[in-house]
Amino acid sequence: MGKPELFETIPDALADKDELVRRLLEGLPAHCVLHAPEQLKPYECDGLSAFREVPLAVALPETEEQVVHALRTCHGVRVPVVARGAGTGLSGGALPHPRGVTLGLSKMKSILALDPLARTARVQPGVRNLAISEAAAKHGLYYAPDPSSQIACSIGGNVAENSGGVHCLKYGLTVHNVLAVRLVTIEGEVLELGGEGLDAAGLDLLALAIGSEGLLGVVTEITVKLLPRPQLARVVLAAFGSLEKAGEAVANVIGAGIIPAGLEMMDRLATGAVEQFVHAGYPLDAEAILLCESDGTPEEVAEDIERMIEVMRASGATEIRLSRDEAERLRFWSGRKSAFPAVGRLMPDYFCMDGTIPKRQLGRVLRGIEKLSAEFGLKCPNVFHAGDGNLHPLIMFDANVPGQQEQASRFGARILELCVEAGGTITGEHGVGIEKIDQMCAQFRPDELATFHAVKAAFDAQRLLNPGKAVPTLQRCAEFGAMHVHHGEQKFPELPRF
Amino acid sequence: MLDQFADTIRAAAARGASLRIRGGGGKDFYGVRLEGDVLDTTGHTGVVNYDPSELVITVRAGTPVAEVEAVLAGRGQMLAFEPPRLNAAGTIGGAIASGWSGPRRVAAGSARDFVLGVRLLDARARPLSFGGQVMKNVAGYDLSRFLAGSFGTLALITEVSLKVLPRPVAEATLRFELDEAAALDTVNRWAGQPLPLSASCHMDAALWVRLSGACAAVDAALARLGGERVDDAEAARFWASLRDQTHPFFATASTLWRLSIRGTAAPLGLGAQLTEWHGGLRWIAAPLEAQVAHAAARGSGGHATLYRADAALRSGGIQHLGSAVLALHQRLKQALDPQGLFGAHRLHPDF
Ligand SMILES: Cc1cc2nc3c(=O)[nH]c(=O)nc-3n(C[C@H](O)[C@H](O)[C@H](O)COP(=O)(O)OP(=O)(O)OC[C@H]3O[C@@H](n4cnc5c(N)ncnc54)[C@H](O)[C@@H]3O)c2cc1C
Repeated sequence: MGKPELFETIPDALADKDELVRRLLEGLPAHCVLHAPEQLKPYECDGLSAFREVPLAVALPETEEQVVHALRTCHGVRVPVVARGAGTGLSGGALPHPRGVTLGLSKMKSILALDPLARTARVQPGVRNLAISEAAAKHGLYYAPDPSSQIACSIGGNVAENSGGVHCLKYGLTVHNVLAVRLVTIEGEVLELGGEGLDAAGLDLLALAIGSEGLLGVVTEITVKLLPRPQLARVVLAAFGSLEKAGEAVANVIGAGIIPAGLEMMDRLATGAVEQFVHAGYPLDAEAILLCESDGTPEEVAEDIERMIEVMRASGATEIRLSRDEAERLRFWSGRKSAFPAVGRLMPDYFCMDGTIPKRQLGRVLRGIEKLSAEFGLKCPNVFHAGDGNLHPLIMFDANVPGQQEQASRFGARILELCVEAGGTITGEHGVGIEKIDQMCAQFRPDELATFHAVKAAFDAQRLLNPGKAVPTLQRCAEFGAMHVHHGEQKFPELPRF
Repeated sequence: MLDQFADTIRAAAARGASLRIRGGGGKDFYGVRLEGDVLDTTGHTGVVNYDPSELVITVRAGTPVAEVEAVLAGRGQMLAFEPPRLNAAGTIGGAIASGWSGPRRVAAGSARDFVLGVRLLDARARPLSFGGQVMKNVAGYDLSRFLAGSFGTLALITEVSLKVLPRPVAEATLRFELDEAAALDTVNRWAGQPLPLSASCHMDAALWVRLSGACAAVDAALARLGGERVDDAEAARFWASLRDQTHPFFATASTLWRLSIRGTAAPLGLGAQLTEWHGGLRWIAAPLEAQVAHAAARGSGGHATLYRADAALRSGGIQHLGSAVLALHQRLKQALDPQGLFGAHRLHPDF
């Protein structure tokens, strides 16, 4: 997460901004092309504001045809293109390319069709995640993946990141809830991937497109699955005297054959931060709390809840509360949902990490993070999707204090390496983007990275779509990457050391 | 064993030969053409890692599905996508490489949906690993799920990590006398309501519906839906016969088309039919003209495959890919297996 040169130079790229804008305007109306510095400013970063770049221009197409035009134009003059949804991404995926065009999909925000009997919705990429569920509500249906950013983030961004949410333990990630997409390649070709059936012809290109962080194509249409809205949801709040105990309770719930609708953990620092902010009523003396939700028919929920409480008690919970009504359920969740902004109020800046680990490693990794926190002298509350082992340590720092951001970056890199060592991954749902580009060198070997590049080349031979993101070049890994010794083997024995 | 596989791959590459990766061989009937020397995976067996509270199992590709399911059943868990067991030797590698899923797929998800990670040997015999053993992982392109359904055309899968689920506490099956149109409408309306539907089948003017979940939820649904309760043992046999395709409908059909389409699409009227996945999967046991089958599927938002037929007919039954999508398939094949070593022409005559 240091800041070596992020973007390679693309040979023969058109650098004349006026000429580029003129060409874009051949297929896009004037109000859809921004190029004045004050117009470009709002696009200089996404949710990872530590990184900022100003693009040459921003194109805001209103139709797929205009997307095709913008891509063809850029391809013709070798100008990089960075797709952008709502800009809530936390890994810098939508960070502009300083010599490129940012292609914002925010104007394409129509719900094109909603079929309540087939339980599908066909939507444009700029539609907000929550807007789909709102439109489906009158049919008793909803779109299940619910990132905490769902009031703002776009479904196109969700597809590009394979986003998850609090309920994905039971209902899956974006990849499990999308039936089809239209993907425009950098050459302006429109590909229809997936279909209205449950599987599609040929290889599963949809699996490849989802989570590709805007590197393989631009998504212009998405068909999502809708699920019946559960009749009832109730949440158990359980407090524990140690992180280990809470971690064991998580394993015990799942070991007992229960798949909660959501299973989230917050540590003491996190509950302390949110209590000052939303008064969710969390027990502040607990080292960790768990929120364990059941949803379904009233009969199912009653049965689940009884078993959950039993397991929590047997796992040593010091306090157990059950939401009595919808208002209380929402109050229990309010703290979890506002954890990021709450931490943001305590400290000017934070990095949200996103490693995922096998749940049996929870205790070990959390203790490791505690140690690192002391070593770096930076606080690090933890809120996370415990049911799927997806951690969100929030590293708090003040960018105005010289050196602190670099310290925080190094702390973050160490956490991610800890996750990889524990058999996990550097990113569970936020994507690699620019933020974790160097940690990719710790997660993958050169042959694996080379395979990613080969796949990329099959879609985008000139590497014009979101260059510099998601998959590091081997060169970059050799120069800047985390060159630690992993399981006793050196990472890039065949590459020269610098 | 991995060294042996790598040697086989290298030797074939050196000879310019192609390899046909094979597990239990239960799917030998499937594909446009079977070419190349058999690379038998059945020696590479064993559960590498299984911790029920992680909901993850990691197994070597040659491990029989039956063995994996026995291990899971011992801890009250299952492969929720219900891979078809076309013979007793069927391997987990074959289950993932085919990507095929059974009746529960409509509620629980497909083989691909349950893939968390794979280890593989690529066309240069390099050991590679994608995905992992955790529930959520978005580092790099999702090559592990991409390999599901690739039928041995891209790489040799040597190990897979799969998400597993607890077996439902209660299960019950109901049967209703309904014609096809009414059954499609009924089952899709139910699927839009909070009911614990885990499978459906329509054939011979009867709709079969399986309910799975908490006891109370299944009981409540039984009371609400009515119909005729099928004896549990008979129901278990029935769903297994669909899953494993031992039901007489499958067993007796010499030509079998598989149409994966929008579940609510109107009845197709193309011949003897068995319907699964709330209408999303329609098996047609009739020697249809290829054009007719493809056009019908396309008109219903999906695609058709000649699933089983005489070798002479097979090439007419390949799934239709648009020209841009076909070209992308060819580029990807070229990128991952430039020599065309693996599974040449199994999925498509053009790669
Ligand atoms: C407070 C907060 C809470 C969050 N909680 C969660 C959470 O619970 N779970 C979770 O998974 N994430 C979460 N996120 C992260 C973020 O909201 C998601 O990654 C989201 O999917 C990004 O959507 P977006 O529209 O903002 O995309 P952007 O940030 O605009 O873009 C994200 C990436 O997608 C690409 N992209 C965008 N649109 C397209 C398109 N149409 N075609 C191709 N590529 C495209 C971009 O190039 C970029 O690489 C959170 C973020 C915030 C700020």
